[in-house]
Amino acid sequence: MDINILTVFILAIFVGFEIITKVPPTLHTPLMSGSNAISGIAIVGAIISTKINGGVGTYLGLIAVIFATINVIGGFLVTDRMLKMFKRK
Amino acid sequence: MDYTNIFYVLASVLFILGIKKLSHPKTARNGNFLSALGMFVAIISTLIASDNIDLQMIMVGMIIGTVIGALFAQKVEMTQMPQMVAIFNGFGGSASALIAAAEFLNTVPISAFTGFTIVISIFVGTLTFTGSFIAFGKLQGFISGQPIVFPGQQVFNALLALALVVTGIYTVQIPSDINYFYGVIIISAILGITLTIPIGGADMPVVISLLNSYSGVAAAATGFVLMNNALIISGALVGASGLILTNIMCKGMNRSLANVIFGAVGLEQESTSDGSQKQVAIKSYSTEEAAMIFDAAEKVIVVPGYGLAVAQAQHAVREVAELLESKGKQVLYAIHPVAGRMPGHMNVLLAEANIPYEQLKDLDEINPEFEDCDVALVLGANDVVNPAARHDTSSPIHGMPILDVDKSRTVIINKRTMNTGFAGIQNELFGYDNSIMVFGDAKDMLQQLLKDIKEL
Repeated sequence: MDINILTVFILAIFVGFEIITKVPPTLHTPLMSGSNAISGIAIVGAIISTKINGGVGTYLGLIAVIFATINVIGGFLVTDRMLKMFKRK
Repeated sequence: MDYTNIFYVLASVLFILGIKKLSHPKTARNGNFLSALGMFVAIISTLIASDNIDLQMIMVGMIIGTVIGALFAQKVEMTQMPQMVAIFNGFGGSASALIAAAEFLNTVPISAFTGFTIVISIFVGTLTFTGSFIAFGKLQGFISGQPIVFPGQQVFNALLALALVVTGIYTVQIPSDINYFYGVIIISAILGITLTIPIGGADMPVVISLLNSYSGVAAAATGFVLMNNALIISGALVGASGLILTNIMCKGMNRSLANVIFGAVGLEQESTSDGSQKQVAIKSYSTEEAAMIFDAAEKVIVVPGYGLAVAQAQHAVREVAELLESKGKQVLYAIHPVAGRMPGHMNVLLAEANIPYEQLKDLDEINPEFEDCDVALVLGANDVVNPAARHDTSSPIHGMPILDVDKSRTVIINKRTMNTGFAGIQNELFGYDNSIMVFGDAKDMLQQLLKDIKEL
Protein backbone atom coordinates (compact mmCIF):
# COMPACT_ATOMS: atom_id res chain seq x y z
CA MET A 1 0.00 0.00 0.00
CA ASP A 2 0.91 3.61 -0.31
CA ILE A 3 2.70 4.86 2.79
CA ASN A 4 1.93 8.47 1.87
CA ILE A 5 -1.76 7.98 2.42
CA LEU A 6 -1.15 6.58 5.91
CA THR A 7 1.10 9.56 6.66
CA VAL A 8 -1.67 11.92 5.64
CA PHE A 9 -4.13 10.07 7.89
CA ILE A 10 -1.90 10.13 10.98
CA LEU A 11 -0.96 13.79 10.54
CA ALA A 12 -4.61 14.73 10.05
CA ILE A 13 -5.51 13.09 13.37
CA PHE A 14 -2.86 15.21 15.12
CA VAL A 15 -4.09 18.39 13.44
CA GLY A 16 -7.62 17.42 14.48
CA PHE A 17 -6.66 17.02 18.13
CA GLU A 18 -4.78 20.33 18.11
CA ILE A 19 -7.57 22.46 16.68
CA ILE A 20 -10.52 20.76 18.35
CA THR A 21 -9.17 21.05 21.90
CA LYS A 22 -9.25 24.82 21.31
CA VAL A 23 -13.00 24.87 20.70
CA PRO A 24 -14.68 26.16 23.91
CA PRO A 25 -17.41 24.05 25.60
CA THR A 26 -19.97 26.72 24.67
CA LEU A 27 -19.59 25.72 21.02
CA HIS A 28 -19.44 21.97 21.42
CA THR A 29 -22.90 21.33 19.96
CA PRO A 30 -22.20 23.39 16.81
CA LEU A 31 -18.80 21.67 16.62
CA MET A 32 -20.55 18.34 16.60
CA SER A 33 -23.15 19.23 13.98
CA GLY A 34 -20.48 21.01 11.92
CA SER A 35 -18.07 18.08 12.02
CA ASN A 36 -21.04 15.91 11.19
CA ALA A 37 -21.49 17.93 8.02
CA ILE A 38 -17.79 17.50 7.26
CA SER A 39 -18.08 13.72 7.59
CA GLY A 40 -20.57 14.10 4.73
CA ILE A 41 -17.40 14.31 2.61
CA ALA A 42 -18.34 10.70 1.89
CA ILE A 43 -20.40 12.36 -0.87
CA VAL A 44 -17.19 12.54 -2.91
CA GLY A 45 -16.86 8.77 -2.71
CA ALA A 46 -20.57 8.38 -3.40
CA ILE A 47 -20.24 10.40 -6.60
CA ILE A 48 -17.33 8.26 -7.78
CA SER A 49 -19.32 5.07 -7.05
CA THR A 50 -22.34 6.12 -9.09
CA LYS A 51 -21.06 4.73 -12.39
CA ILE A 52 -22.95 4.54 -15.64
CA ASN A 53 -24.30 1.01 -16.09
CA GLY A 54 -22.56 -0.15 -12.96
CA GLY A 55 -25.39 -2.46 -11.89
CA VAL A 56 -26.22 -2.83 -8.22
CA GLY A 57 -23.17 -0.79 -7.22
CA THR A 58 -24.61 2.26 -8.98
CA TYR A 59 -27.81 2.09 -6.98
CA LEU A 60 -25.87 1.75 -3.75
CA GLY A 61 -23.93 4.82 -4.91
CA LEU A 62 -27.19 6.70 -5.47
CA ILE A 63 -28.44 5.92 -1.95
CA ALA A 64 -25.03 6.97 -0.62
CA VAL A 65 -25.33 10.27 -2.54
CA ILE A 66 -28.74 10.92 -0.94
CA PHE A 67 -27.56 10.09 2.59
CA ALA A 68 -24.33 12.07 2.30
CA THR A 69 -26.16 15.08 0.85
CA ILE A 70 -28.63 15.05 3.76
CA ASN A 71 -25.61 15.03 6.06
CA VAL A 72 -23.84 17.90 4.28
CA ILE A 73 -26.79 20.23 3.68
CA GLY A 74 -28.59 19.53 6.96
CA GLY A 75 -25.37 19.68 8.96
CA PHE A 76 -24.11 23.03 7.67
CA LEU A 77 -27.55 24.67 7.74
CA VAL A 78 -28.41 23.64 11.29
CA THR A 79 -24.94 24.66 12.49
CA ASP A 80 -25.45 28.09 10.97
CA ARG A 81 -28.88 28.31 12.57
CA MET A 82 -27.36 27.65 15.98
CA LEU A 83 -24.34 29.92 15.57
CA LYS A 84 -26.65 32.78 14.57
CA MET A 85 -28.16 32.57 18.06
CA PHE A 86 -24.90 33.19 19.90
CA LYS A 87 -24.99 36.90 20.60
CA ARG A 88 -23.02 39.37 22.63
CA LYS A 89 -24.61 41.64 25.13
CA MET B 1 -2.78 13.84 -13.96
CA ASP B 2 -4.95 14.13 -10.94
CA TYR B 3 -5.46 17.82 -10.41
CA THR B 4 -8.54 17.00 -8.27
CA ASN B 5 -6.06 16.25 -5.51
CA ILE B 6 -5.06 19.91 -5.51
CA PHE B 7 -8.69 20.86 -4.94
CA TYR B 8 -8.94 18.24 -2.19
CA VAL B 9 -5.99 19.89 -0.47
CA LEU B 10 -7.80 23.22 -0.76
CA ALA B 11 -10.98 21.66 0.66
CA SER B 12 -9.05 20.13 3.57
CA VAL B 13 -7.42 23.48 4.36
CA LEU B 14 -10.85 25.12 4.38
CA PHE B 15 -12.20 22.45 6.77
CA ILE B 16 -9.27 22.99 9.14
CA LEU B 17 -9.61 26.78 9.02
CA GLY B 18 -13.36 26.39 9.52
CA ILE B 19 -12.93 24.34 12.69
CA LYS B 20 -10.18 26.71 13.88
CA LYS B 21 -12.62 29.60 13.67
CA LEU B 22 -14.98 27.69 15.94
CA SER B 23 -12.64 28.63 18.77
CA HIS B 24 -14.67 31.79 19.38
CA PRO B 25 -18.40 32.55 19.02
CA LYS B 26 -17.51 35.75 17.15
CA THR B 27 -15.77 33.98 14.29
CA ALA B 28 -17.66 30.67 14.46
CA ARG B 29 -20.32 31.47 11.88
CA ASN B 30 -17.65 32.51 9.45
CA GLY B 31 -15.83 29.26 10.13
CA ASN B 32 -18.90 27.19 9.36
CA PHE B 33 -19.16 29.04 6.06
CA LEU B 34 -15.52 28.21 5.23
CA SER B 35 -16.17 24.51 5.91
CA ALA B 36 -19.21 24.61 3.66
CA LEU B 37 -17.14 26.27 0.97
CA GLY B 38 -14.56 23.49 1.31
CA MET B 39 -17.30 20.93 0.79
CA PHE B 40 -18.51 22.80 -2.29
CA VAL B 41 -14.99 22.81 -3.77
CA ALA B 42 -14.60 19.07 -3.10
CA ILE B 43 -17.95 18.19 -4.67
CA ILE B 44 -17.57 20.35 -7.79
CA SER B 45 -14.02 19.21 -8.53
CA THR B 46 -15.08 15.56 -8.14
CA LEU B 47 -18.06 16.04 -10.46
CA ILE B 48 -15.86 17.66 -13.11
CA ALA B 49 -12.96 15.25 -12.90
CA SER B 50 -14.76 11.91 -12.71
CA ASP B 51 -15.64 10.27 -15.97
CA ASN B 52 -18.08 7.43 -16.51
CA ILE B 53 -20.29 8.67 -13.64
CA ASP B 54 -24.05 8.83 -13.97
CA LEU B 55 -24.51 12.60 -13.67
CA GLN B 56 -28.26 12.49 -14.01
CA MET B 57 -28.67 10.01 -11.21
CA ILE B 58 -26.25 11.94 -9.02
CA MET B 59 -28.23 15.15 -9.52
CA VAL B 60 -31.46 13.43 -8.57
CA GLY B 61 -29.80 12.06 -5.44
CA MET B 62 -28.41 15.46 -4.50
CA ILE B 63 -31.75 17.19 -4.93
CA ILE B 64 -33.54 14.62 -2.79
CA GLY B 65 -30.81 14.87 -0.15
CA THR B 66 -30.85 18.67 -0.19
CA VAL B 67 -34.61 18.85 0.32
CA ILE B 68 -34.57 16.37 3.21
CA GLY B 69 -31.49 17.91 4.82
CA ALA B 70 -32.80 21.46 4.58
CA LEU B 71 -36.16 20.41 6.03
CA PHE B 72 -34.46 18.72 8.97
CA ALA B 73 -32.28 21.77 9.60
CA GLN B 74 -35.25 24.16 9.50
CA LYS B 75 -37.72 22.17 11.54
CA VAL B 76 -35.63 20.73 14.35
CA GLU B 77 -36.20 22.18 17.83
CA MET B 78 -33.06 23.03 19.76
CA THR B 79 -34.08 20.54 22.47
CA GLN B 80 -34.08 17.88 19.73
CA MET B 81 -30.52 18.57 18.55
CA PRO B 82 -29.16 15.34 20.07
CA GLN B 83 -31.67 13.29 18.05
CA MET B 84 -30.79 15.16 14.89
CA VAL B 85 -27.06 14.68 15.34
CA ALA B 86 -27.67 11.01 16.12
CA ILE B 87 -29.66 10.44 12.95
CA PHE B 88 -27.12 12.39 10.87
CA ASN B 89 -24.28 10.29 12.26
CA GLY B 90 -26.29 7.32 11.03
CA PHE B 91 -26.63 8.75 7.53
CA GLY B 92 -22.91 9.54 7.36
CA GLY B 93 -21.94 6.07 8.54
CA SER B 94 -24.25 4.31 6.15
CA ALA B 95 -23.09 6.44 3.21
CA SER B 96 -19.53 5.27 3.88
CA ALA B 97 -20.60 1.64 4.18
CA LEU B 98 -22.64 1.85 0.95
CA ILE B 99 -19.68 3.27 -0.95
CA ALA B 100 -17.44 0.48 0.29
CA ALA B 101 -20.12 -2.06 -0.69
CA ALA B 102 -20.44 -0.52 -4.16
CA GLU B 103 -16.68 -0.68 -4.55
CA PHE B 104 -16.69 -4.34 -3.52
CA LEU B 105 -19.37 -5.20 -6.06
CA ASN B 106 -17.86 -3.09 -8.85
CA THR B 107 -14.20 -4.05 -8.57
CA VAL B 108 -12.76 -7.32 -9.79
CA PRO B 109 -10.27 -8.51 -8.73
CA ILE B 110 -9.81 -7.01 -5.29
CA SER B 111 -6.39 -6.75 -3.68
CA ALA B 112 -6.00 -7.93 -0.10
CA PHE B 113 -5.44 -4.38 1.11
CA THR B 114 -8.55 -2.99 -0.60
CA GLY B 115 -10.56 -5.96 0.64
CA PHE B 116 -9.39 -5.31 4.18
CA THR B 117 -10.28 -1.58 4.04
CA ILE B 118 -13.68 -2.43 2.54
CA VAL B 119 -14.45 -4.78 5.44
CA ILE B 120 -13.39 -2.14 8.00
CA SER B 121 -15.41 0.54 6.25
CA ILE B 122 -18.54 -1.63 6.05
CA PHE B 123 -18.15 -2.73 9.66
CA VAL B 124 -17.73 0.76 11.16
CA GLY B 125 -20.26 2.36 8.82
CA THR B 126 -23.00 -0.22 9.42
CA LEU B 127 -22.40 -0.27 13.17
CA THR B 128 -22.69 3.53 13.20
CA PHE B 129 -25.90 3.31 11.18
CA THR B 130 -27.80 0.87 13.40
CA GLY B 131 -26.29 2.23 16.64
CA SER B 132 -27.32 5.77 15.72
CA PHE B 133 -30.88 4.77 15.02
CA ILE B 134 -31.13 3.03 18.39
CA ALA B 135 -29.70 6.17 20.04
CA PHE B 136 -32.21 8.26 18.10
CA GLY B 137 -35.05 5.99 19.23
CA LYS B 138 -34.00 6.25 22.85
CA LEU B 139 -33.68 10.04 22.75
CA GLN B 140 -36.97 10.47 20.93
CA GLY B 141 -38.72 8.09 23.32
CA PHE B 142 -39.56 5.43 20.70
CA ILE B 143 -37.45 2.99 22.68
CA SER B 144 -37.26 2.89 26.47
CA GLY B 145 -34.45 5.02 27.88
CA GLN B 146 -33.82 2.24 30.37
CA PRO B 147 -30.84 0.01 29.60
CA ILE B 148 -32.06 -3.11 27.79
CA VAL B 149 -30.08 -6.12 28.99
CA PHE B 150 -30.42 -9.87 28.58
CA PRO B 151 -28.50 -12.74 30.16
CA GLY B 152 -25.22 -13.50 28.44
CA GLN B 153 -25.21 -10.22 26.55
CA GLN B 154 -21.43 -9.72 26.83
CA VAL B 155 -20.78 -13.29 25.70
CA PHE B 156 -23.21 -12.85 22.83
CA ASN B 157 -21.41 -9.68 21.75
CA ALA B 158 -18.01 -11.34 22.04
CA LEU B 159 -19.19 -14.25 19.87
CA LEU B 160 -20.56 -11.80 17.31
CA ALA B 161 -17.23 -9.96 17.25
CA LEU B 162 -15.44 -13.26 16.70
CA ALA B 163 -17.82 -14.19 13.89
CA LEU B 164 -17.20 -10.78 12.37
CA VAL B 165 -13.44 -11.32 12.33
CA VAL B 166 -13.87 -14.74 10.70
CA THR B 167 -16.30 -13.60 8.00
CA GLY B 168 -14.12 -10.53 7.47
CA ILE B 169 -11.05 -12.66 6.80
CA TYR B 170 -13.00 -14.88 4.40
CA THR B 171 -14.38 -11.84 2.59
CA VAL B 172 -10.83 -10.68 1.92
CA GLN B 173 -9.54 -14.13 0.97
CA ILE B 174 -12.48 -15.40 -1.09
CA PRO B 175 -14.18 -12.25 -2.43
CA SER B 176 -15.96 -14.33 -5.07
CA ASP B 177 -18.20 -15.89 -2.40
CA ILE B 178 -20.62 -13.05 -1.74
CA ASN B 179 -22.11 -14.73 1.34
CA TYR B 180 -19.15 -13.77 3.53
CA PHE B 181 -19.61 -10.18 2.43
CA TYR B 182 -23.29 -10.30 3.44
CA GLY B 183 -22.24 -11.90 6.70
CA VAL B 184 -20.03 -8.91 7.54
CA ILE B 185 -22.92 -6.52 6.89
CA ILE B 186 -25.46 -8.45 8.96
CA ILE B 187 -23.14 -9.04 11.92
CA SER B 188 -22.06 -5.37 11.98
CA ALA B 189 -25.70 -4.28 11.95
CA ILE B 190 -26.57 -6.56 14.87
CA LEU B 191 -23.49 -5.42 16.83
CA GLY B 192 -24.54 -1.78 16.41
CA ILE B 193 -27.86 -2.65 18.05
CA THR B 194 -26.64 -4.92 20.84
CA LEU B 195 -23.88 -2.52 21.82
CA THR B 196 -26.28 0.45 22.08
CA ILE B 197 -29.43 -0.96 23.72
CA PRO B 198 -27.78 -1.63 27.13
CA ILE B 199 -26.76 2.03 27.47
CA GLY B 200 -29.08 4.16 29.61
CA GLY B 201 -30.75 7.37 28.46
CA ALA B 202 -28.63 9.52 30.77
CA ASP B 203 -25.48 8.25 29.06
CA MET B 204 -26.65 9.20 25.58
CA PRO B 205 -24.34 12.28 25.41
CA VAL B 206 -21.38 9.90 25.48
CA VAL B 207 -22.92 7.59 22.90
CA ILE B 208 -23.71 10.37 20.44
CA SER B 209 -20.17 11.71 20.74
CA LEU B 210 -18.77 8.24 20.19
CA LEU B 211 -20.99 7.59 17.17
CA ASN B 212 -19.91 10.98 15.83
CA SER B 213 -16.34 9.76 16.05
CA TYR B 214 -17.27 6.47 14.34
CA SER B 215 -18.88 8.29 11.43
CA GLY B 216 -15.53 10.01 10.90
CA VAL B 217 -13.62 6.75 11.15
CA ALA B 218 -15.99 5.19 8.60
CA ALA B 219 -15.36 8.06 6.17
CA ALA B 220 -11.59 7.72 6.65
CA ALA B 221 -11.77 3.96 6.07
CA THR B 222 -13.69 4.59 2.86
CA GLY B 223 -10.95 7.05 1.96
CA PHE B 224 -8.47 4.17 2.18
CA VAL B 225 -10.71 2.04 -0.05
CA LEU B 226 -10.82 4.74 -2.71
CA MET B 227 -7.31 6.08 -1.98
CA ASN B 228 -8.92 9.49 -1.61
CA ASN B 229 -7.15 12.15 0.48
CA ALA B 230 -10.23 14.30 1.02
CA LEU B 231 -12.06 11.47 2.76
CA ILE B 232 -9.05 10.43 4.78
CA ILE B 233 -8.30 13.92 6.11
CA SER B 234 -11.90 14.89 6.84
CA GLY B 235 -12.61 11.51 8.39
CA ALA B 236 -9.58 11.87 10.65
CA LEU B 237 -10.71 15.36 11.76
CA VAL B 238 -14.21 14.18 12.62
CA GLY B 239 -12.91 11.04 14.28
CA ALA B 240 -10.62 13.11 16.51
CA SER B 241 -13.39 15.58 17.29
CA GLY B 242 -15.83 12.89 18.38
CA LEU B 243 -13.19 11.22 20.50
CA ILE B 244 -12.33 14.44 22.34
CA LEU B 245 -16.00 15.15 23.06
CA THR B 246 -16.53 11.56 24.24
CA ASN B 247 -13.65 12.00 26.64
CA ILE B 248 -15.02 15.31 27.97
CA MET B 249 -18.44 13.76 28.56
CA CYS B 250 -16.95 10.77 30.38
CA LYS B 251 -14.90 13.06 32.60
CA GLY B 252 -17.98 15.16 33.33
CA MET B 253 -19.67 12.06 34.70
CA ASN B 254 -16.52 10.63 36.27
CA ARG B 255 -16.98 7.40 34.33
CA SER B 256 -14.73 5.42 32.06
CA LEU B 257 -15.83 4.79 28.50
CA ALA B 258 -15.87 1.05 29.21
CA ASN B 259 -18.18 1.65 32.16
CA VAL B 260 -20.57 3.67 30.01
CA ILE B 261 -20.68 1.07 27.24
CA PHE B 262 -20.79 -2.10 29.32
CA GLY B 263 -21.98 -0.85 32.72
CA ALA B 264 -25.73 -0.61 31.93
CA VAL B 265 -25.90 2.24 34.43
CA GLY B 266 -29.37 3.55 35.18
CA LEU B 267 -30.84 0.08 35.46
CA GLU B 268 -33.41 -0.19 38.27
CA GLN B 269 -31.41 -1.46 41.19
CA GLU B 270 -32.80 -3.12 44.30
CA SER B 271 -33.49 -0.35 46.75
CA THR B 272 -30.35 0.43 48.66
CA SER B 273 -30.91 -0.56 52.26
CA ASP B 274 -27.72 0.95 53.63
CA GLY B 275 -29.56 3.95 55.06
CA SER B 276 -28.41 6.29 52.30
CA GLN B 277 -31.99 7.42 51.88
CA LYS B 278 -32.00 9.26 55.21
CA GLN B 279 -34.31 12.22 55.11
CA VAL B 280 -32.76 15.64 55.02
CA ALA B 281 -34.42 18.51 56.86
CA ILE B 282 -35.15 21.21 54.33
CA LYS B 283 -36.40 24.79 54.39
CA SER B 284 -39.10 25.57 51.87
CA TYR B 285 -39.63 29.23 50.92
CA SER B 286 -42.20 31.05 48.83
CA THR B 287 -41.12 33.07 45.79
CA GLU B 288 -41.91 36.24 47.76
CA GLU B 289 -39.34 35.37 50.40
CA ALA B 290 -36.87 34.34 47.70
CA ALA B 291 -37.42 37.70 45.98
CA MET B 292 -36.21 39.51 49.09
CA ILE B 293 -33.02 37.47 49.13
CA PHE B 294 -32.41 38.36 45.48
CA ASP B 295 -33.05 42.02 46.26
CA ALA B 296 -30.26 42.03 48.82
CA ALA B 297 -27.80 40.19 46.57
CA GLU B 298 -25.07 41.71 44.39
CA LYS B 299 -23.80 38.68 42.57
CA VAL B 300 -26.11 35.93 41.32
CA ILE B 301 -25.07 32.71 39.58
CA VAL B 302 -27.74 30.69 37.78
CA VAL B 303 -27.18 26.93 37.50
CA PRO B 304 -29.43 25.54 34.76
CA GLY B 305 -30.12 21.81 34.55
CA TYR B 306 -32.00 19.88 31.95
CA GLY B 307 -35.19 20.32 33.98
CA LEU B 308 -35.08 23.96 32.95
CA ALA B 309 -35.14 23.08 29.27
CA VAL B 310 -37.91 20.53 29.81
CA ALA B 311 -40.00 23.28 31.45
CA GLN B 312 -39.15 25.60 28.50
CA ALA B 313 -38.14 28.19 31.10
CA GLN B 314 -35.08 29.67 29.35
CA HIS B 315 -36.89 32.89 28.42
CA ALA B 316 -38.26 33.27 31.95
CA VAL B 317 -34.70 32.95 33.30
CA ARG B 318 -33.49 35.68 30.98
CA GLU B 319 -36.28 38.01 32.08
CA VAL B 320 -35.41 37.53 35.76
CA ALA B 321 -31.71 37.98 34.97
CA GLU B 322 -32.34 41.18 33.02
CA LEU B 323 -34.45 42.60 35.85
CA LEU B 324 -31.69 41.82 38.35
CA GLU B 325 -29.09 43.40 36.06
CA SER B 326 -31.19 46.52 35.70
CA LYS B 327 -30.96 46.77 39.49
CA GLY B 328 -27.17 46.78 39.19
CA LYS B 329 -26.56 43.15 40.08
CA GLN B 330 -24.15 40.83 38.31
CA VAL B 331 -25.62 37.67 36.79
CA LEU B 332 -23.61 34.69 35.50
CA TYR B 333 -24.55 31.20 34.37
CA ALA B 334 -22.70 28.06 35.45
CA ILE B 335 -22.83 25.30 32.84
CA HIS B 336 -21.83 21.79 33.85
CA PRO B 337 -20.36 19.67 31.00
CA VAL B 338 -23.27 17.22 31.20
CA ALA B 339 -26.01 19.80 31.85
CA GLY B 340 -27.76 19.03 28.55
CA ARG B 341 -28.34 15.95 26.43
CA MET B 342 -25.19 16.38 24.34
CA PRO B 343 -21.91 18.34 24.62
CA GLY B 344 -22.62 22.09 24.77
CA HIS B 345 -26.38 21.53 24.52
CA MET B 346 -27.32 23.81 27.44
CA ASN B 347 -25.35 26.69 25.92
CA VAL B 348 -27.35 26.43 22.71
CA LEU B 349 -30.63 26.32 24.63
CA LEU B 350 -29.68 29.47 26.57
CA ALA B 351 -28.34 31.22 23.47
CA GLU B 352 -31.68 30.53 21.82
CA ALA B 353 -33.31 32.53 24.64
CA ASN B 354 -31.01 35.47 23.80
CA ILE B 355 -28.78 35.05 26.82
CA PRO B 356 -25.40 36.61 25.87
CA TYR B 357 -22.63 34.04 25.53
CA GLU B 358 -20.19 36.02 27.68
CA GLN B 359 -22.31 35.19 30.72
CA LEU B 360 -22.16 31.42 30.11
CA LYS B 361 -19.24 30.02 32.11
CA ASP B 362 -17.93 26.48 32.15
CA LEU B 363 -17.07 24.53 35.27
CA ASP B 364 -13.42 25.58 35.66
CA GLU B 365 -14.21 29.23 35.07
CA ILE B 366 -17.18 29.49 37.38
CA ASN B 367 -16.19 27.44 40.43
CA PRO B 368 -13.89 30.12 41.96
CA GLU B 369 -16.74 32.63 41.45
CA PHE B 370 -19.02 30.90 43.97
CA GLU B 371 -16.75 32.04 46.85
CA ASP B 372 -18.06 35.60 46.70
CA CYS B 373 -21.45 34.79 45.22
CA ASP B 374 -24.51 35.97 47.15
CA VAL B 375 -27.15 33.76 45.58
CA ALA B 376 -26.73 30.60 43.53
CA LEU B 377 -30.02 29.77 41.80
CA VAL B 378 -30.19 26.07 40.97
CA LEU B 379 -32.86 25.30 38.37
CA GLY B 380 -33.68 21.66 37.70
CA ALA B 381 -30.13 20.46 38.37
CA ASN B 382 -29.39 17.88 41.03
CA ASP B 383 -26.44 15.47 40.90
CA VAL B 384 -24.10 18.08 39.40
CA VAL B 385 -24.41 20.27 42.52
CA ASN B 386 -24.22 17.49 45.13
CA PRO B 387 -21.27 18.24 47.47
CA ALA B 388 -21.12 14.53 48.35
CA ALA B 389 -19.15 14.12 45.12
CA ARG B 390 -16.28 16.00 46.81
CA HIS B 391 -16.07 14.31 50.19
CA ASP B 392 -18.29 11.22 50.52
CA THR B 393 -16.23 8.30 49.25
CA SER B 394 -19.23 5.96 49.59
CA SER B 395 -21.35 8.05 47.24
CA PRO B 396 -21.87 6.65 43.74
CA ILE B 397 -21.03 10.05 42.30
CA HIS B 398 -17.86 10.51 44.37
CA GLY B 399 -15.14 12.12 42.28
CA MET B 400 -17.51 13.58 39.71
CA PRO B 401 -16.67 17.22 39.01
CA ILE B 402 -19.45 19.38 40.44
CA LEU B 403 -20.41 23.03 40.59
CA ASP B 404 -19.51 24.35 44.05
CA VAL B 405 -22.82 26.13 44.65
CA ASP B 406 -22.69 25.32 48.38
CA LYS B 407 -19.89 27.89 48.76
CA SER B 408 -22.31 30.72 47.93
CA ARG B 409 -23.85 32.71 50.75
CA THR B 410 -27.31 31.40 49.87
CA VAL B 411 -28.34 28.59 47.55
CA ILE B 412 -31.88 28.71 46.19
CA ILE B 413 -32.93 25.41 44.68
CA ASN B 414 -35.96 25.07 42.48
CA LYS B 415 -37.30 21.58 41.93
CA ARG B 416 -40.69 20.14 41.17
CA THR B 417 -40.44 17.47 43.87
CA MET B 418 -37.86 15.98 46.20
CA ASN B 419 -37.25 13.19 43.66
CA THR B 420 -33.67 12.14 43.12
CA GLY B 421 -31.56 12.79 40.01
CA PHE B 422 -30.11 10.26 37.58
CA ALA B 423 -27.76 8.84 40.20
CA GLY B 424 -30.78 7.96 42.33
CA ILE B 425 -29.39 9.48 45.51
CA GLN B 426 -30.61 12.18 47.89
CA ASN B 427 -28.69 15.43 47.64
CA GLU B 428 -27.23 16.49 50.98
CA LEU B 429 -27.01 20.07 49.68
CA PHE B 430 -30.76 20.45 50.19
CA GLY B 431 -30.30 20.11 53.94
CA TYR B 432 -27.45 22.62 54.26
CA ASP B 433 -27.95 25.71 56.46
CA ASN B 434 -27.50 28.06 53.51
CA SER B 435 -29.89 26.12 51.25
CA ILE B 436 -33.47 27.12 50.53
CA MET B 437 -35.93 25.12 48.47
CA VAL B 438 -38.55 26.76 46.28
CA PHE B 439 -40.80 24.06 44.88
CA GLY B 440 -42.73 24.23 41.63
CA ASP B 441 -42.44 24.13 37.86
CA ALA B 442 -39.37 26.16 36.83
CA LYS B 443 -41.26 28.40 34.42
CA ASP B 444 -44.13 29.19 36.82
CA MET B 445 -41.71 29.78 39.67
CA LEU B 446 -39.55 32.18 37.64
CA GLN B 447 -42.54 34.15 36.37
CA GLN B 448 -43.86 34.46 39.92
CA LEU B 449 -40.39 35.45 41.12
CA LEU B 450 -40.18 38.11 38.42
CA LYS B 451 -43.46 39.62 39.61
CA ASP B 452 -42.43 39.48 43.25
CA ILE B 453 -39.09 41.18 42.63
CA LYS B 454 -40.82 43.94 40.65
CA GLU B 455 -43.31 44.49 43.45
CA LEU B 456 -40.69 44.92 46.14
